[in-house]
Amino acid sequence: MSEHSTYTPGNPFSKWLDDRLPIIRFSKEHLLDYPTPKNLNYWWTFGAILVVMLVIQIVTGIILAMHYTPNIAMAFDSVELLRRDVNSGRVLQAAHAVGASMFFVAVYIHIFRGLFFGSYKSPREVLWILGVLLFVLMITTAFMGYVLPWGQMSFWAATVITNIIGAVPFVGESVLQLLRGGFAVGNPTLNRFFSLHYLLPFIIAAVVVLHIWALHVPGNNNPTGVDVKSTRDTVPFHPYITMKDLYAVVLFMIPFAWFVFFAPDILGHPDNYIMANSQVTPAHIVPEWYFLPFYAILRAVDFNILFIDSKLGGVIFFAGAIVVLFFVPWLDRSPVRSGLFRPLFKWFYALFVINFIGLAYLGAAPADGRVLGIDVPTFSKICTAYYFIYFLVILPILPRFETTRPLPASISENVLGKAHA
Amino acid sequence: MADQPTQVQHDGPTPSRRDFIYVASGAVGAVGVALVAWPLIDQLNPDASVKALASIEFDLSGIEEGQTLTIMWRGLPVFVRHRTADNITVAQNTPLTDLKDPEPDSARVKEGHEQWLIMIANCTHLGCIPVGDAGDFGGWFCPCHGSHYDTAGRVRKGPAPKNLVLPPYDFVSDTLVQIG
Ligand code: HEM
Ligand code: FES
Repeated sequence: MSEHSTYTPGNPFSKWLDDRLPIIRFSKEHLLDYPTPKNLNYWWTFGAILVVMLVIQIVTGIILAMHYTPNIAMAFDSVELLRRDVNSGRVLQAAHAVGASMFFVAVYIHIFRGLFFGSYKSPREVLWILGVLLFVLMITTAFMGYVLPWGQMSFWAATVITNIIGAVPFVGESVLQLLRGGFAVGNPTLNRFFSLHYLLPFIIAAVVVLHIWALHVPGNNNPTGVDVKSTRDTVPFHPYITMKDLYAVVLFMIPFAWFVFFAPDILGHPDNYIMANSQVTPAHIVPEWYFLPFYAILRAVDFNILFIDSKLGGVIFFAGAIVVLFFVPWLDRSPVRSGLFRPLFKWFYALFVINFIGLAYLGAAPADGRVLGIDVPTFSKICTAYYFIYFLVILPILPRFETTRPLPASISENVLGKAHA
Repeated sequence: MADQPTQVQHDGPTPSRRDFIYVASGAVGAVGVALVAWPLIDQLNPDASVKALASIEFDLSGIEEGQTLTIMWRGLPVFVRHRTADNITVAQNTPLTDLKDPEPDSARVKEGHEQWLIMIANCTHLGCIPVGDAGDFGGWFCPCHGSHYDTAGRVRKGPAPKNLVLPPYDFVSDTLVQIG
């Protein structure tokens, strides 16, 4: 924001340093004084929770790597040994595995927060795009991490997902071999996935820095979606937001700890405790829960579309479901940011959330099963259709039919008005 | 400003010697970068030890009629099915118009060896291993996303786009095949 730092170096050393590397000034500006809208609610604490989760994944991950062997003959046993024999290994392994799930819980809430309050709208498009990029990086990292224990689910997830690339016309097959380092998923695949799984979190950390930089230029959005008009609308980041975020982090750690200590495997899949076998696919393969909605979309396309066969079609929709997020800032034509002031949008948004959860449910259901009396492929097609209609039809067209509620003149007015009502 | 056309100064009407040197050194530099980048990428491709497994021989005599065995070739599982007479007639009598990826049964096996169906076991959808003697067409059913294959390994229903892939193979004798 345009506010200038009030930092004055307190002693000769910090003055000397400030003239050479103004790192204290920078930290004070961005970690202490950074002006934050005073009406932020708890949905705004998930950014900080995400940062904490990233740190937890990196720390536990580095420790796990000290005990892990990236070789198809030994990987499975090395993870089991870590869980059974290494001091505290059980907790550390569970923290990393459950941590990935909690990371996704937080990122989904974070994304849905942005979708409701219109945080992607001008001037925050770049911030949003970096966020979607982070989401893609997280998906890639989590997928490669899941392959490392070399259980049945690891192996078949790797096979099915790399095969997606094989669907690309002409070059697919050669790219597939390049990716796997063989004709099938095998030792070379495991080795490179380990190498990349170690690398990507640091790339994520770098993109998070850009993401926060892009946040600090326009400043936070807020529940009203109204721009900050004066310093009366804001509070300094420290101590107001630091303490609130910390409190939210502590609350978030409670379910996290519950899973780690009482149900470390409940989010996983029993088949992954059988070592990988390239000759038998488990009867019911499902991805980790956080990929289910996208998996349902992939599966929903079981018909050919003109010259595009069902396999390529599935892949196009699967990739499209994520790529469409990059364009949301331009798809949504409403000048009003916050969903609180959009009476029609609210309902379509609520349906979108339910639909997304429905897709997750369908992604886990067997392909030949039924849900609510409708067969899974048909139901998946309906939900996939709404997913895309929301972004490609509703967001662009809705503003023409919607009369938005009057916006408050400022954040302060909104906050005080509420208090007096 | 608007009615004062600005003149862009060029070094000369034709590209100068300097332009040429710029472009030439840039081009050589780009080729150099590509040459350095190539080994960084190519190392990802299957290595010599993986390619060395490209051809195997397999003795069929132990497989009973109606039985299917899964063997490994280049790291890929391969189904070897000893088809029953019934399997073969059903496959031969299926009209091509019923097929998603039309291929007559004769194109799926070697002439004179109709009882042997040899196919890469990975579903042509996303690569799971279909379950044998299952599905609506007496062949295979892929549990991953519900593709059905018939007794010639041809896809009949579900998201798989193609019939199960045939590896290159030849009969060395009546009971010995060489795959790859
Ligand atoms: C590793 C993953 C991520 C981390 C660590 C992260 C971190 C943060 C932090 C610390 C903030 C500021 C606090 C807050 O508003 O909650 C923030 C804001 C934001 N993030 Fe993320 N983020 C991540 C992923 C994403 C993703 C996947 C998206 C969207 C697709 C996204 C979209 C946004 C937006 C739009 C804002 C601005 C919100 C506002 O203040 O109005 N982020 N992020
Ligand atoms: S992998 Fe066989 S149906 Fe998808």
